[in-house]
Amino acid sequence: MSLFRRFFPHPLLTVLLTLVWLMLVNRFSWNSVIFGFLLGVLIPFVIRPYWPNNPRISSPLKVARYIAVVIYDIFVANVTVAYQILFMRVDALQPAWISVPLRLRTPEAITTLAATITLTPGTVSCDLSSEGHNLLVHCLHAPDPDAVIQEIIDRYESRLMEIFE
Amino acid sequence: MGEIGDILTAIFLVVGGCFGLVGSFGLIKLRDPMSRLHAPTKATTLGVGGVLIASLIHSFAVDGYVSVHELLITLFLFLTAPVTALFLAKAHIHRHSEDEVLPSPGKDTCWAVLDHRTSRQIIDEAEYGQDD
Repeated sequence: MSLFRRFFPHPLLTVLLTLVWLMLVNRFSWNSVIFGFLLGVLIPFVIRPYWPNNPRISSPLKVARYIAVVIYDIFVANVTVAYQILFMRVDALQPAWISVPLRLRTPEAITTLAATITLTPGTVSCDLSSEGHNLLVHCLHAPDPDAVIQEIIDRYESRLMEIFE
Repeated sequence: MGEIGDILTAIFLVVGGCFGLVGSFGLIKLRDPMSRLHAPTKATTLGVGGVLIASLIHSFAVDGYVSVHELLITLFLFLTAPVTALFLAKAHIHRHSEDEVLPSPGKDTCWAVLDHRTSRQIIDEAEYGQDD
C-alpha cells in the first residue's frame, strides 16, 4: 500500500488527469490513453511536496448528489438574480456581509464550499478568517442574513461534512 | 434531425445570450463594487453554460460527432471563476477596510486579508499560545 502511495500520491487525480487529457484530444485512441496516464503519474508526483495530505472522499453517490444539488441551485439562483437585476429598484436591494461559521476543517472541503457559494449567483465568498473558522460571504440581496447563513449550512456544508469528514 | 438541431442550438444560444446580457446590465445598474462582483459570476455560469450546450448540440446534430471540449471548458470555468471573484473581493476589502463594516470573524482574531502577522508568527502563536 505504501509503495502504491509513493508512486500514486493522489490516485483520483491520476484518473482525472488521464480523463482530462482524453477529453482535450477529443477522440479516443490508445496512444492518448498512455500519454494521458503518463501525465497523470508525473504531475501528482511533482506537486506532492505542495499537497502532502490526501482528501478522503467517502462515497461517489453522495458526490454525484451534491453536484446535482449545486447545478439545480445554479439554475434557480440565476433566475432569481436576473429578476432582481432587471425588475427591482437599486435602492430596494439590500446587500449584506455575512459571516458563516465553519464546521469543516480540511482545506479541500472549505475550498469546495467557498467555490460553491461563489458559483451560485447572489452570494460571493470573499475571505476566510485568520485561523479558518469563519467564511466571509457577500450577498447581493439579503433582507434576512441569518436565513442565508442557515441555508448555506443546511444545503451545502452538512452535505460536504458527509463527503469529506 | 438537422432542423431540430438548429432550433435547439438557436434556443440555447438565445437563452445564454440573454443571461450574459442581464449580467452585463447588472454591471451598469448596481452601484457599489461588491454588488457588481455578482454580475460576472452569473454570466460565467448560465450565460456561458447556455452557449456551451448550444455548441454541444451543434457539433452532434450538424457536424455529426460528439465533442467533449465543452465539458472541459465548463470544468475549467467552474475551477477558475471562484478564484477570480475571491481575489477581487480580497483586493476590495484590503483597500476599503475603513469604510466597509464587516461582520465579526467569530472566535478568530480577524479576517485573513486584514491580518498583518506573517505566517511564521501565526504558526508560533498557535504552537506556544497567545503570549507574543
